Amino acid sequence: MDSSMQQAPLVEMRGISKAFATVRANAGIDFDVRPGEVHTLLGENGAGKSTLMNILNGLYIPDSGTIRVKGENRRFSSPRDAIAAGIGMVHQHFMLVQVLTVWENMIMGLPGLEAILPKKTVIKRIQDISTRYGLGVEPEARVWQLSVGEQQRVEILKMLYRRAEILVLDEPTSVLTPQEVHHLFNTIRQMTAEGHGVVFISHKLDEVMEISDRITILRKGEVVETLSGRNVSKEELAEKMVGRKVVFAVDKTVLNLGETVLETDGVCALNDRGLPAVRNLSLSIREGEILGIAGIAGNGQRELCEALSGLRPIQFGRVILMGVDMTGAHPIEFIKAGVGYIPADRKGTGLVGSMNLRENFNLKNFWRKPYSRGIFLSWENVAGETGRIVERFGVATPGLGVPVRNLSGGNQQRLMLGRELSGTPRLIVAMQPTWGLDVGATEFVRDQLLRQRERGAAILLVSEDLEEVMALSDRLAVIHKGEIMGVVDDPRGVTEEELGLMMAGIPMSAAVRGERSL
Amino acid sequence: MSAPFRVERRLDCPAWLNWAIPVGAVATALLAGAVLLFFLGVSPLAAYTAMFRGALGDAWGLSETIVKAIPLTLAGLAVGLSFTMVVWNIGAEGQLVMGALAAVAVVRYAFVDSAPVMFFLMFVAAALAGGLWAGFAGFLKARWSVNEIITTLMMNYIAILLTEYFIYGPWRDPSSLGFPMTAPFPAAARLAVLGGTRVHVGLILAIFLALLFRVLYRWTRWGFELRVIGNNANAARYAGMDYMKNVLLAMFVSGAVAGIAGMIEVAGLQGRIQPGFSAGYGYTAIIVAWLARLNPVGTVFVSFLLGALLVGGDTLQVVMRLPLASVQVLQGLILFCVLGGEFFRNYRIVPVGKGE
Ligand SMILES: Nc1ncnc2c1ncn2[C@@H]1O[C@H](COP(=O)(O)OP(=O)(O)OP(=O)(O)O)[C@@H](O)[C@H]1O
Ligand SMILES: [Mg+2]
Repeated sequence: MDSSMQQAPLVEMRGISKAFATVRANAGIDFDVRPGEVHTLLGENGAGKSTLMNILNGLYIPDSGTIRVKGENRRFSSPRDAIAAGIGMVHQHFMLVQVLTVWENMIMGLPGLEAILPKKTVIKRIQDISTRYGLGVEPEARVWQLSVGEQQRVEILKMLYRRAEILVLDEPTSVLTPQEVHHLFNTIRQMTAEGHGVVFISHKLDEVMEISDRITILRKGEVVETLSGRNVSKEELAEKMVGRKVVFAVDKTVLNLGETVLETDGVCALNDRGLPAVRNLSLSIREGEILGIAGIAGNGQRELCEALSGLRPIQFGRVILMGVDMTGAHPIEFIKAGVGYIPADRKGTGLVGSMNLRENFNLKNFWRKPYSRGIFLSWENVAGETGRIVERFGVATPGLGVPVRNLSGGNQQRLMLGRELSGTPRLIVAMQPTWGLDVGATEFVRDQLLRQRERGAAILLVSEDLEEVMALSDRLAVIHKGEIMGVVDDPRGVTEEELGLMMAGIPMSAAVRGERSL
Repeated sequence: MSAPFRVERRLDCPAWLNWAIPVGAVATALLAGAVLLFFLGVSPLAAYTAMFRGALGDAWGLSETIVKAIPLTLAGLAVGLSFTMVVWNIGAEGQLVMGALAAVAVVRYAFVDSAPVMFFLMFVAAALAGGLWAGFAGFLKARWSVNEIITTLMMNYIAILLTEYFIYGPWRDPSSLGFPMTAPFPAAARLAVLGGTRVHVGLILAIFLALLFRVLYRWTRWGFELRVIGNNANAARYAGMDYMKNVLLAMFVSGAVAGIAGMIEVAGLQGRIQPGFSAGYGYTAIIVAWLARLNPVGTVFVSFLLGALLVGGDTLQVVMRLPLASVQVLQGLILFCVLGGEFFRNYRIVPVGKGE
């Protein structure tokens, strides 16, 4: 990789500044990408990473600064211009047309003759690229049938199909399972080996250290430092990013468990395609207890969470909340009973992007005092509480009246967490609560979950981050194809390998015994 | 890159554009219309002066403009309500007609002499008629996901034909010398007018409802639910908002307000119904709602503008002896430019060379 250090950069951004009203998102940033390297952008939520890359991708126009591609000054006014210059970006929320097939998505929006090539030629090219970079995906499949990981592959494929030489990946791993991350990294390595440049954004420091050749750290829109990706430690990176030392260990007290809050009895539920997703699932959680659910994404976790908050019909079985049978109850009754739900899909479900912070707080509170009286809303009280959440959860925002889609990804997540974790929920169903959060915020949110536990809330924590579920949970259940493979009573007494076997569908008795006898 | 300018996406729309865009659009339309008028052999200046005078220049013109703005406002509020939750009630015309028909029925069969009682009965009947007419489409949508655009549109034709059946048939006025129209309303069923003009108390009702809708959207739980559903139906479900119930309710209220528009038009202005009595207010209302960006108070102003355009066009026909078609082209140009102006809300034009 050393030879690449001397090569001329593929793209060079100089003195880039961009302000949104009063927010300085980027202030005089210098950034470049050389052929054959992975250059990582690291920084707290709202540091300006996505803004910088959106500028490179032609979505935003910088207030000042220059972009040079292979030594030539360029000015992009749309992603189309950027891709024409060889710069492709994969956003965290995908930009695919769900009802079309993979190959149709490839040629969508292509200029000129390329859009009307025969299907055979297109599919041939797709197959060439996918074998070369290990991006296996069925060209005839419709996008909505694909898993999140596969959709991401299609996005990358689409950029390579358009002959991108520089690929920007904005938090690509937050939606992936560990296996898929591994797979993605192989693809990235193949691309850099061929001289492509990759910009990588992630909050997971282990990943950053594994894949980066260089790391540029941003803080409040400015470059703190650009350092080599070799020989750095996690602690060092975290400190440079946040400006203080970060504790990675979780400090958990032993609690006496209270009454049973949630009990499910043989719950079955279907997924969106009408196939069984949760099968005969029984579990219970008591006050002051965190039940972790580990499993590979797409094994019924989302369906389970939705069934437990009334959003998904239950085919068989019962859901009992504090002794009351809630099977078939309307979502609002779950909310009123004190069930907080943190969905994984914050943009599509947890928040309304076009509405402001106050309105998004009100989303889950409009039905109760003091936020409404009778048929009328009390915006004053809403604003008061929203302001407190913004302060407590450190949501960086120019005000309470801006649409939440203008907040950075991590700040949106903070707002949603603030809404669900403030107040006195009885049951918290949390799906991937620390997705997209920087290290500081992750620490804070874990702390908040533990505080709710100490207060007496029952918590169902779904996460693909094994380290996270193992550290936070009092008990840990492993889910596979909608079934519980086993419940571990002491998450610290089980190895990641044993969990891995259970996640692959081997029941606990066999998994644990099998390990020991080896 | 040979074009001398390029189009860039705007991130947000500065406040001054909210005023500059409509004003610029109208100016552009008038300019384009001037060319048209010139080739028709008419002095554009004289034509525009006549239009302006006709619509706003004297008490008569002004009152005509207001009289047209009243049903437009009411119907605009009605469709705006359903649009807010992204349900497309484009059947305001049919609901308006049903409201008018219900008012006629009340006048025919309820023998009351008291004007307030009469008003109350007509009001309730019209609201119910329009509300149920739209509510039926709402029910089909909520229960079986039937596309409301099609049902509401089709039900317009049913409503209009039904009304014509009554006008030509059982409810035709025997003393109308064979003309298809219903009997004139008795005095008790007519709305009070302001001064000696044709402007009736429907004006007050329209403004009152606009303010009421503003309060509804801003300050009530139901209005909040409507807006959330319209912005993100998934999030609304997640927040425990009931989509089916809200579709039904929104369609009912939307239809009810459109029905009231019909009743007000008949009781306030025409005093009877005849074929084509609505002049397509229910359709124009869709344009009103969009131009007002679903804002209730904006709806009042946009209705007034469109009312002026209609009246001004009439004047042009009479004074300038222009054919009806050319007047409609002129009106179309203005709408075209205003709608086209929306582009500048999202994009801006930048000369090439800047920043390079
Ligand atoms: N369209 C916009 N309008 C207004 N403000 C914006 C807009 N986009 C970003 N911002 C602001 O700019 C700042 C930087 O945001 P950016 O999305 O670049 O952060 P980020 O580093 O990607 O953070 P995260 O890790 O949370 O994704 C934030 O304070 C955000 O509120
Ligand atoms: Mg970001």
